[in-house]
Amino acid sequence: MDNTKAVKHHHEPLVHIVKRDDMPSWKAWLIRIATIVISIFLMGCLSTMLTEKSLFETFEMMFRGVFGRIESGSTVMLWKYLQEIAILLCLALALTPAFKMKFWNCGAEGQALMGGLAAMMCMINLGQTLSYPVLLAVVIITSILAGAVWGLIPAIFKALFNTNETLFTLMMNYIATQIIAYYVYIVGGGSNIIQPVAEGNLPVIGNNRYLINIIIVAVICIFMYIYLKYSKHGYEISVVGESQNTARYIGINVKKVIIRTMVISGALCGVAGMLLVAGTDHSINTNTVGGQGFTAIMVSWLGQFNPFIMVLMTGVICFLRLGASKVADTCMLNASFADIVVGVVILCVVGCEFFIRYSVKFRHSKKEVKE
Amino acid sequence: MERGVDVAKQPAIELKNITKRFGAKVIANKNVNLTAYRGEILSILGENGSGKTTLMNMIAGIYFPDEGQIFVDGEEATITSPKDAFDYRIGMIHQHFKLVDVFSAAENIVLGIENGKYDLKKSTADIKKISEQYGFDIDTEKKIYSMSVSEKQTVEIIKVLYRGADILILDEPTAVLTPQETEKLFNILRNMRDDGKCIIIITHKLHEVLSLSDRVAVLRKGEYVGTVNTAETNESELTEMMVGKKIALNIERSEPKDSQERLIVNGITCVDRQGATVLDDISFSAKSGEILGIAGIAGSGQRELLEAIAGLQHLSSGEILYINPKTGNKENLRDKTPVQIRDMGVRLSFVPEDRLGMGLVGNMDIVDNMMLRSYTKGHSMFLQRKAPKDLAMKIINDLEVVTPGANTPVRRLSGGNVQKVLVGREIAASPTVLMVAYPVRGLDINSSYMIYNLLNEQKENGVSIIFVGEDLDVLLELCDRIMVIGSGRITGIVDARTTSKEEIGLLMTKSKFDGKENDNG
Amino acid sequence: MIVQFICRAILLGVPLLYGSTGEIVTEKSGHLNLGIPGIMYVGAISGVIGSFLYENACGNSLDSMNGVLAVLIPLLCAVLGSTLMGLIYSFLTATLRANQNVTGLAITTFGIGLGNFFGGSLIKLTDSEMPSIALTKTSSFFSVKLPFADDLGAFGEIFLSHDFLTYLAIIIALVVAFVLNRTRVGLNLRAVGENPATADAAGINVIKYKYVATCLGSAIAGLGGLQYVMSYANGVWSNNAFGDRGWMAIALVIFALWKPSTAIVGSFIFGALCNANNYVQGLGAETQELFKMLPYVVTIIVLVITSMRKKREHQPPASLGLSYFREER
Repeated sequence: MDNTKAVKHHHEPLVHIVKRDDMPSWKAWLIRIATIVISIFLMGCLSTMLTEKSLFETFEMMFRGVFGRIESGSTVMLWKYLQEIAILLCLALALTPAFKMKFWNCGAEGQALMGGLAAMMCMINLGQTLSYPVLLAVVIITSILAGAVWGLIPAIFKALFNTNETLFTLMMNYIATQIIAYYVYIVGGGSNIIQPVAEGNLPVIGNNRYLINIIIVAVICIFMYIYLKYSKHGYEISVVGESQNTARYIGINVKKVIIRTMVISGALCGVAGMLLVAGTDHSINTNTVGGQGFTAIMVSWLGQFNPFIMVLMTGVICFLRLGASKVADTCMLNASFADIVVGVVILCVVGCEFFIRYSVKFRHSKKEVKE
Repeated sequence: MERGVDVAKQPAIELKNITKRFGAKVIANKNVNLTAYRGEILSILGENGSGKTTLMNMIAGIYFPDEGQIFVDGEEATITSPKDAFDYRIGMIHQHFKLVDVFSAAENIVLGIENGKYDLKKSTADIKKISEQYGFDIDTEKKIYSMSVSEKQTVEIIKVLYRGADILILDEPTAVLTPQETEKLFNILRNMRDDGKCIIIITHKLHEVLSLSDRVAVLRKGEYVGTVNTAETNESELTEMMVGKKIALNIERSEPKDSQERLIVNGITCVDRQGATVLDDISFSAKSGEILGIAGIAGSGQRELLEAIAGLQHLSSGEILYINPKTGNKENLRDKTPVQIRDMGVRLSFVPEDRLGMGLVGNMDIVDNMMLRSYTKGHSMFLQRKAPKDLAMKIINDLEVVTPGANTPVRRLSGGNVQKVLVGREIAASPTVLMVAYPVRGLDINSSYMIYNLLNEQKENGVSIIFVGEDLDVLLELCDRIMVIGSGRITGIVDARTTSKEEIGLLMTKSKFDGKENDNG
Repeated sequence: MIVQFICRAILLGVPLLYGSTGEIVTEKSGHLNLGIPGIMYVGAISGVIGSFLYENACGNSLDSMNGVLAVLIPLLCAVLGSTLMGLIYSFLTATLRANQNVTGLAITTFGIGLGNFFGGSLIKLTDSEMPSIALTKTSSFFSVKLPFADDLGAFGEIFLSHDFLTYLAIIIALVVAFVLNRTRVGLNLRAVGENPATADAAGINVIKYKYVATCLGSAIAGLGGLQYVMSYANGVWSNNAFGDRGWMAIALVIFALWKPSTAIVGSFIFGALCNANNYVQGLGAETQELFKMLPYVVTIIVLVITSMRKKREHQPPASLGLSYFREER
């Protein structure tokens, strides 16, 4: 240990990152909305580069893709858009209580598929024997149960052994997919297609086949808002999510809450599957949910677990997906273009949280010291 | 290495007009000027929250000052990271040890050093050499998670010395040590001083300042108050500098009145998940109208004991009997959940050690935190927020909680105010048994005394209080009896009015209770 | 039959081995990168694009292709593509401190989208009848085997008959194991994942380690995608063919208890499971669909068993999934 002095010179770095006090929420939302607008704009620019169309044309195409010829009174596309929102929202709402409890349920896909499968099986096997009201009730109940069971299995292991739920639920998705594949093979007789079944469908309100789905999801949305914010269950979910130690300390049965919440989460995913099968498709295949279970994870998180903000987020994401698909379709791009657009916008929104929580200071802000 | 007087009175570190803010509102340090010399021990004295640690973190490269300059050996230094600090031969031993649990001592010590080949054997030999030079006792192979606090601290100090630091900063190093361990540490620090090192020790304990340091620098509310030579000062002058006004540091202890057995703990044993015995045949009784102190080295089973009584630990044997003050009936609380205990009409309140991780939910506001204890009331599916809101307002008013409002998340309150919210809620349940764990840790003097007064008030109301503390001076002043535990066993129960710190210190490290109860209460 | 089964298992296991070795490196820095499935897609498609361009530049004739270039170009492209994805992930999580779960899932969506987009576009460019793109020429360079392997019977076939990417995977896993346990860099990296505040206080550049580990991990995982296309699929890219192997790679990390050397064995077991349906006699087509569940079911069983063991050294890095900010109070 010699006594030579450290003669290294250190320069003050150019920027410092400093944690902010809580930002007023209007300002935070301004940043988020600005990020969404800017990233959509950038994606528009990207697609103009790929398609050699002008920016205005691109956005017009996107708009057409979402709303169709709405000015001439055609609401077909609009209803389709609302339907897309309803299904994605239903899945995101289903995930929210689990996420609020910090249970990373990545299994919406599988839980919805199992719900859909249950509905399908009832429709096919009981369609001829039961009267319509009874059949409808059975379809609804079994699909809710099937989704709930698919959510319950990982929850039990999480509660008992603290098994990693992210991977568990993911694997449950693939198991569900294989079960569907098996079922489709049997019923479809090797053709991999089940012909639409007319029995046990959800009632059509007016002349609109999507309206019933939209109404059901709207009700779930309001229910979920109240459940999370004003019910004792919702309070328990928040406490368990914030700190299991606190939950234990005040005598909450953590295992019970985990299991109960996952049953609800799975059940609502089952409802989404039922809406898809009994409400719209009247058939099922491995792609019925189409990856929306994963998108729903991001929607739920981006919506800050608030059901009403989630409505807006699903609106944005479905707009992007339908719009970008339309652009891809018209301009002969690959359909995965929509995935890229959605992915980039989500990454931007995730990143923008940084500017809400931290501020960046530059070097010159340091005052000279007078001696 | 130059020795002793040659290097004395050379300024090692000078701080000029240092200011540090957190966010827009919190000013942690304001225009602080300070000088530390080689060959001396400088104490930084100040209440909790006076900005001592923040100031030292700026020297150690954890924080970067917003304004002001730091000089090392007379030259201006820019310290932007801990690595820069090492280059200036500055090392800091943090209060919350910065060690990797699953690494061995040696791995922790060499961590982050980039010189030559990675050779743990050679490094181990160097570590042994340093240990011998200063009289440390260390097992370099031992994993950190199986170490005691004092062993961990040794690793921290060697880590800093191994890097060749000659400016050492220690943040509250004695908080978790027994009196005997503290004395040993102080001797080592004196050796280092005589070796020409500059030692800076952060503390809020006056007697340590007086017995160890050469000079004392005092901070108050982030501002520098002044520096005095230890030889020329006394406790009351330092207190006045620290608090800003003259205050009497006495806890008014009343004699227990009409004391009856309230809680009888009978031979309880508790085994943790790894299969280690954390509580071993613990038997004692807690009486109404008295404060029973529990002393011991951190992690000796204090937490488990309180949790066992509160219904949060599974016991492998023994019983916990609660004597109902109205009926006189004995009720066994063993294997009951907190809800069952509450439903039995046992009014048991518990202020746990981990305030924001267990007692409260940091991200919830004060109202929702009030509800933690009462939300199950009523048969409705829905929450009733009226009563908790009233309670929140009452606590804010009665205990002078500084907060923007009842809807502020508690994590944004200062440590003292968080504790007021927690203690307020627990007392509001009008308990017959009140358990508190380290209730004044991290609190400033005023808040601490407010808590002591609240506890004394409860005691006079006939509540049986179990107080787990770390500051032996406080335990001796506040409690009626003190139970000492070591490695999950009771090593003695003494009368707080007649015992001494040294006696408790010895009991803390003793492994077994000889059975004699030195108790006349 | 048995020999063939084992060889097939190894072939199927290698992408998982790349993926899980990459994820282990990443997780050791405290980053739970759920973007690995997407990153492996990107690695694969980057390699495909590279070799596609090279094949076209050589006029699609085998003779004018240089073996070294034919291997190196896709290899570098795969590394480059997946490293870029790792860079995006690190920027978001290490610099911008975004939620790791959501970032990872978004990266996966984005990566799979990129893979299918470029894959689909290339397929359209070639005007092929099939919904796939065949790079059999490049693949033939990748699958060069040791000349004497066939002479050694079953032993040769099991141990020596593989393409170089298989051996590279094993070598990388062993090197990673060595670096993690025996070098200063490994010690520092483990410290960053266990306790970044401690590592920082010890003078380790936490952010740098997180970036390098994540990008390196992504690059390794990306090679897994390339191996799948070039060796397993014989140079044929079709959209979505890679499937969910990325998720299995992440599950394998838990199975291997964060040890790359255990991951080698684990990946081959998983490879065998993925393939079992083809080797069990007398399965109908519908039962085969059920049999394809096997790897997922086994993954779940593994998850449950590992979660039941509670040894200190078998836990994930302590700060896994948490962002680090030095001035956090």
